Amino acid sequence: MSDVCIVGAGIHPFGRTDGVSGLEQGVFAVRQALADAGVAWEDVQFAYGGSDAAGNPDTMVEQLGLTGVQFINVKNGCATGGSALFSAQMAIKSGGFELGLAIGFDKHPRGAFNALPAEYNLPEWYGEAGYMITTQFFGAKITRYMHDHGISSTSLGRVAEKAFRNAVHAPHAWRREPVDLQTIMDAPLISDPYTKFMFCSPAEGGVALVLASEKKARELGKLPIRLKAATMRTRPSGSFEVFAPSIDIARGGSATNIASADAFRLAGIGPEDIKVAQLQDTEAGAEIMHMAENGFCRDGDQERWLAEGRTEIGGALPVNTDGGCLACGEPIGASGLRQVYENVVQLRGQGGGRQVPGNPNTAYSHVYGAPGVSAVTILER
Amino acid sequence: MRAIAPGLFTEESQPRLVGGRNRATGRIVFPCPPGNDYEPYPLGREGTLWSFTVQRYRPKSPPYAGPEAFEPWAVGYVELPGETMVEARLAHVAFADIRIGMELALTFVPLDPAAADPVMIHAFQPKDLAA
Repeated sequence: MSDVCIVGAGIHPFGRTDGVSGLEQGVFAVRQALADAGVAWEDVQFAYGGSDAAGNPDTMVEQLGLTGVQFINVKNGCATGGSALFSAQMAIKSGGFELGLAIGFDKHPRGAFNALPAEYNLPEWYGEAGYMITTQFFGAKITRYMHDHGISSTSLGRVAEKAFRNAVHAPHAWRREPVDLQTIMDAPLISDPYTKFMFCSPAEGGVALVLASEKKARELGKLPIRLKAATMRTRPSGSFEVFAPSIDIARGGSATNIASADAFRLAGIGPEDIKVAQLQDTEAGAEIMHMAENGFCRDGDQERWLAEGRTEIGGALPVNTDGGCLACGEPIGASGLRQVYENVVQLRGQGGGRQVPGNPNTAYSHVYGAPGVSAVTILER
Repeated sequence: MRAIAPGLFTEESQPRLVGGRNRATGRIVFPCPPGNDYEPYPLGREGTLWSFTVQRYRPKSPPYAGPEAFEPWAVGYVELPGETMVEARLAHVAFADIRIGMELALTFVPLDPAAADPVMIHAFQPKDLAA
């Protein structure tokens, strides 16, 4: 079967943009992506748009043009962007469409996410007692992982330090000032062992990708970025997820394990073939755990990898080259597509100061979120 | 004792947590889910700490019903042998003394220690304190 190609990519800068709605940031990204692809809104045959908290994506047709285009809204937690992309590639793979969009945007209030028990099928007392807190889960998960696999707090700090250092060169990132390791380690604790620099913040942003069939991509004369795999999976039994009043003693795998293995199978390559990776880093330890969960190293290897700089831009496997969620913030509906945007930039060789050397030709992206969802993509040039 | 919700704790002099046991698979969870798949199953009072963190900032209200004046508290998952791992406050232990694998026993603490007739939530404390 011929490949689905990404022929255009656009992004509204992440962070805080007062006075601009999440939807408007999505529209901004769409216009940029269309211009990048050299196509008009009127050429778009379909769109899948995702947002968690910033309104119905299809209402953007008011601003983009009332062409009657098929526009389907996607809402799938942290996998929202990945699910939009999965759906968009399936539309083209079906043979029914040649050109379409995957869009993700969001805009969240300041402060921690405020989840309510009823939204997660949990009893009210669970929230009243103070347990509807994502950072608690993240803290408990990494505490156990550090205990089991010999990961130090310094490694957590190194991940955050790398994120801010990379983001200096990413125009779409939010926090673009370097922060030194000692400052990161000495900052106030939020949920132990994480200090404030080791968590991302809820934020705003928008991303749009133009997808085309291989035939259409050739017509457009674009360097095709091939979407070799886009997978989305839910959790297996025995996984450890956010908002769990109890967990099984028998521990199992994760949604990430399944989504990742499936993506490598579809792409016909392995972790050792990937030249650059964007891994969900809503907190510093997530990047560390996800390195292993996605098959890039064994549990515990991360301690050495980080000390040796293997995940730096010039390392063996650069990870989160635009600073990831730690530096870009977390607009839930947009983050998954931001990773793919960044990979498109890297595969085109347009990363500037954050460009991965050696002309990378494969790129990997991964998101994970509540209550146990994961989406993975593999791109090839 | 005024429990934070009905049906969570047994009505014994030394209350236990009421988990649920799946009638078909034997899987034990907490709390007992509604419906007929699970039957109420009182959980053991002692276990070991599987993991933990410290909540350093006041959760947003709603849903949090704790006092406005916030003091950090520890929360962890306690492995009850052969049953399940329950999420609970860790009480009567300094944060610096909390260790994975430490032996713990069930207790109950007020959600608002300053309240006259406080709502009680489940917690675990070092086992040697419970003797």
